[in-house]
Amino acid sequence: MVVSPQWRSPALWLLAAAVAVGLLDDPLNLGLMDPMRGVMVFALLGLGLNIVTGFTGLLHLGMAAFMAIGAYAFAISSCDIYPFQLGFWSALAVTAAIGAIAGFLLGAPTLGLRGDYLAIVTLGFGEIVQDVLKNLDAITKGTQGINPLPPPSLPWWGENGFGWQEFGSGERPWYWLFLAITLVAVVACRNLERSRTGRGWLAVREDQLAASCMGIAPVPVKLVAFATGAALAAIAGGLWSSLYASTGEPGNYDFQVSVLALCIVIVGGIGSINGVLVGSVAMIGAANIALPKMASWLQQHGWVNSGNVLGSPNNWKYLVFGAVLVVMMRVRPEGLLPARLERKAIAPGGST
Amino acid sequence: MAMESQPSMWVDVFMQQLTTGLSNGMIIALIAIGYTMVYGIIELINFAHGDLCTLGSFLALTLVGLLGMDAWTGLPGVGGVVLLLVSCALFCASLNWVIDRVFYRPLRQAPKLTLLVSAIGCSFILVNVALFWGGIPMEVFGGGVAAAAPKDFPALVSDENLLGATAKMSFTMSDLLVVCVTLPLMVALTMLIRFTRLGKAMRAVAQNPTAASLMGIDVDRVIGATFLIGGAIGGFASVIYALYNNTISFQMGYRTGMDAFTAAVLGGIGSMPGAVVGGLLIGVARALSDGYIEARWTNSVVFGILILTLVFRPSGLLGAKLRDKV
Repeated sequence: MVVSPQWRSPALWLLAAAVAVGLLDDPLNLGLMDPMRGVMVFALLGLGLNIVTGFTGLLHLGMAAFMAIGAYAFAISSCDIYPFQLGFWSALAVTAAIGAIAGFLLGAPTLGLRGDYLAIVTLGFGEIVQDVLKNLDAITKGTQGINPLPPPSLPWWGENGFGWQEFGSGERPWYWLFLAITLVAVVACRNLERSRTGRGWLAVREDQLAASCMGIAPVPVKLVAFATGAALAAIAGGLWSSLYASTGEPGNYDFQVSVLALCIVIVGGIGSINGVLVGSVAMIGAANIALPKMASWLQQHGWVNSGNVLGSPNNWKYLVFGAVLVVMMRVRPEGLLPARLERKAIAPGGST
Repeated sequence: MAMESQPSMWVDVFMQQLTTGLSNGMIIALIAIGYTMVYGIIELINFAHGDLCTLGSFLALTLVGLLGMDAWTGLPGVGGVVLLLVSCALFCASLNWVIDRVFYRPLRQAPKLTLLVSAIGCSFILVNVALFWGGIPMEVFGGGVAAAAPKDFPALVSDENLLGATAKMSFTMSDLLVVCVTLPLMVALTMLIRFTRLGKAMRAVAQNPTAASLMGIDVDRVIGATFLIGGAIGGFASVIYALYNNTISFQMGYRTGMDAFTAAVLGGIGSMPGAVVGGLLIGVARALSDGYIEARWTNSVVFGILILTLVFRPSGLLGAKLRDKV
């Protein structure tokens, strides 16, 4: 990894923990592999949002739309009811490219807008994408979603000797593949942050006027951030739909998902890659592990029964996401693992 | 079908869509006023406003259930509607004030995006409260099962056509109710902002909070009053929305909120007359899209209008006149 030799780096600890989960899950019967795949997909989504909102300081409320575009791009280029029928890897490459183009197309006319207006435009885009996917049912199969989708394949030793092996329903190969992709994305984001482009993002975030005086053109710089973030979100969407062998219905990519991505970035520390990783573990862990535990605990003590509105873990999600945003903004807007640079668009003392 | 009747039928259908659109537009305008007042004074897109109105509708349905109001007719029936309007207005006004006090006031000095994120969080919390509220085991909420399902709101106001049963167009009691509540409220609000001390203070804070506080205006109190008034108007809107559409759900605040916010932006955010004009335009646009495009594309049409307005004319139709802020 291209990291400074800091052995205390949280990213390395997280990597070690993820490897440990991968090795020990079966022998210790932890049952963590399945939720961890979701954590890693949302970590990718969070990394994409972090480029837009964290590095570049643009509040983006429509990340779910790019996830949806990715899922459907992956599905249409790979599912056997369409003419393209690409394999997993080429479909994923197409997905990333289409995501980037979509981000570019949304950003080009809107990136001149001020912060809160841009946020609303991205939100509106998210709603329109959902509607289009739902209503163009001749192409997208409407609320049924597109399926089946091909699983990934890797060159490996199989029954017929060495060759391209498709993943089955076992969790293990998926887990390691997602971990590897997340690792590549993390390293790429780190390097991007320190590249000429990334320094441009930070400069525009800190002070757009000063940045443009130093010869950085704000709109192209923001546009690259938008397209890169969208590409990452699209990859997350493609992996997600491949994991379930279906895009699911368009309503799965709603505003709640965009806000979940925002929570992930804000909890961990806006603009901090390690923060995104911690945030996705915390948020997906809260939504998929802690809430069901709480609901069954409430039921065990007889305080609620299963027909009660309080007894279903899904019914608490809005409250958790909302409380996370409110409390973090009030108490610790820089997040749990703040990025090194102090001033943020969203933290106190930042530019508005 | 006779040849000469076709044009007149077309006109009838169009006029009907227009009536429905204008009635819904007035409700949207009332909610839009809440957005535009808050934006005018602290430049915050108060994301939680639509969900505040949802809670107002839920309170109205609770009162209907508790008092058995669906059986009231004649004068008690009218009194019941007035009671709903007053109690929901009081409830939404105080809740909006509390929201400002708890969620927004501590962040006055923070960057705008911090405040916006806090508002989104607040909106999600209110949505969840509405979800739990819908799970209360009361007859009107379906006995507490299926909390997330849309709730039927009893038709307290008759759907009888005031133009006569045989008329081609329909203008019902509910339409009349919308007009009778909305117009006086708008007039009263305009008078309040134009002619009272509080209105003057609100305009001053909207123009320049620092200068206003130097002139001895208690800025936080004025902002609190703005939330109070915006919330009260939202409370009125929540009742007539429920009476007009006869169905409410815990998620409707997002949809109506976006309609109202679009209206506020279209009219020119910060401008009161703009919110009204925008609300009517969005109401009509929705009705025409329902009637002539397809209902399933209507939300996209509204969001399309929102995005195009923000991109090409961010100041909206009436937004250039900065004097009329608040």
